[in-house]
Amino acid sequence: MLLAALLLSSSYCMTTKSPIVEFKSVTKSYGEGPLVLDGIDFTAQPGEFISLIGPSGCGKSTLLRLIADLSPITSGSLNIAGSTPESKATELAFVFQEPTLLPWQTVANNVELPQKLRDVPAKERATSRDRALQLVHLVDRGDAYPRQLSGGQKMRVSIARALTLDPKILLLDEPFGALDEMTRERLNEELLSIRDQQSWTAFFVTHSVIEAVFLSNRIFIMSANPGKIAHEVTVDLPRPRTSDTRLSRPYQDLLAEVSKLLRSVEESRS
Amino acid sequence: MRSVLTNILLPAATGAVMIAIWYAIRHGLSEDFKFLLPTPDEIIGSLDANWNILGRAVYNTSQGALLGFGLAIVVSSLLALLMSLSSLVRISLYPYLMILQMTPIIIFAPILILWVGPGLKSVVIITFLICFFPLVVNTTQGLISADRNLVELFKMYRASRWQEIKLLRIPAALPYFFTGLRIAAVLAPIGALVGDYTAGSSAGNGGGLGFQAIIYSSQAKYPALFATAAVTCILGFVFVAVVLSLSWFALHKWHDSYQRTDT
Repeated sequence: MLLAALLLSSSYCMTTKSPIVEFKSVTKSYGEGPLVLDGIDFTAQPGEFISLIGPSGCGKSTLLRLIADLSPITSGSLNIAGSTPESKATELAFVFQEPTLLPWQTVANNVELPQKLRDVPAKERATSRDRALQLVHLVDRGDAYPRQLSGGQKMRVSIARALTLDPKILLLDEPFGALDEMTRERLNEELLSIRDQQSWTAFFVTHSVIEAVFLSNRIFIMSANPGKIAHEVTVDLPRPRTSDTRLSRPYQDLLAEVSKLLRSVEESRS
Repeated sequence: MRSVLTNILLPAATGAVMIAIWYAIRHGLSEDFKFLLPTPDEIIGSLDANWNILGRAVYNTSQGALLGFGLAIVVSSLLALLMSLSSLVRISLYPYLMILQMTPIIIFAPILILWVGPGLKSVVIITFLICFFPLVVNTTQGLISADRNLVELFKMYRASRWQEIKLLRIPAALPYFFTGLRIAAVLAPIGALVGDYTAGSSAGNGGGLGFQAIIYSSQAKYPALFATAAVTCILGFVFVAVVLSLSWFALHKWHDSYQRTDT
């Protein structure tokens, strides 16, 4: 028990000192097909919030799938906390574009799923489940079935589920893309407030410049055919970010800058 | 939404009109041909008079139908699970499942009698053959149709193969399974009847409804023949009602097919 604790704490120290994600000249193609990603080179430090934005087909979702080991890299090297994605040494969670809940399970059971798959005892599961549901303000909907929830609520459940395993890396693939503007902004703010209480590194794929600027500390603007990181923008807006942040001048300037870069990438394509 | 009253009254009215037409046709027939179409009350009278025989026949046929249906559910579920694990197995087996389904029972029955003899065994096997195909096709389809994102989610959380089957594939297949089960429930009593007709036996406990139909037909007991048909229909309704209830219990809380539209 003590040994396990020591091992855990030492591995934790390692991850906090070195980069958590490191891409070195990574390329990706499916089978004999054309390159989907080419020359991807970057490192991410623990606790970063990085948004990936770009025209459709620029490989931003593919990049997430590489980190999650849902797909292997074609060449180059990819390290996650000093290890390969296949070793699955680092806890990852993926939030899909759709809520991707089990429709035949209650909200509570859906949130418990990742721990159930690891055979975590029921009591422990219940504790993390309640904490996660509290973070997304859905404690009182534990007994509901997914079809009884609104789109925004389903997405919250999906995020709660992702948080139960205390992930080191959270991968979000356009999680709020299907929601209306108001719900999206509120969930953006909630996501940041959850982040303030926890310590994960986030990779966030989005089509929305507003979302990217509000959430991130770095934005990768990607170009397509093949997918490359064309520009990188550092967002040094102070935290905690709230709805007031949206009114500030630096925020507005960043929106303009990122929009311009995004447009240049899309125009050079056509 | 339509009221329950409408849902009961409309079919009842249709039934009343049909019975009226029935009596009218019968009334129009000349005396020599009246035997061709017994009236509903004659059929009920005959059912009452023959209940000793028909009741036993219903019991025998239900037994064959239930055993064949149950066997089809067990075997088709296991085979569907196997086929869902590998597309190679699916490709290898599918043509032969089709052949099995296309083999005419009328031709197969004499062979079956040769192999296992007439009676319950043959009836069960014929019912099984008739119920099997819709079950195995639907259940397999269900097992391989789980949401792709959910499959990836399970993969990412390092779920074991068995966890994926138990917690994802089987629940996702349930709506498909019940679709197959509904078709099979309609077919099971008919299958048992056909089995009994072609390979039944009066030995021991006596024959089932199919066997009885042969006897009534040879004796020109037409009201009794109609009564046999009516009893078979009722048996089919019971099978379907049980399956619909099971389906409701398993799915109503979460599946869209049971979504209340009035909320």
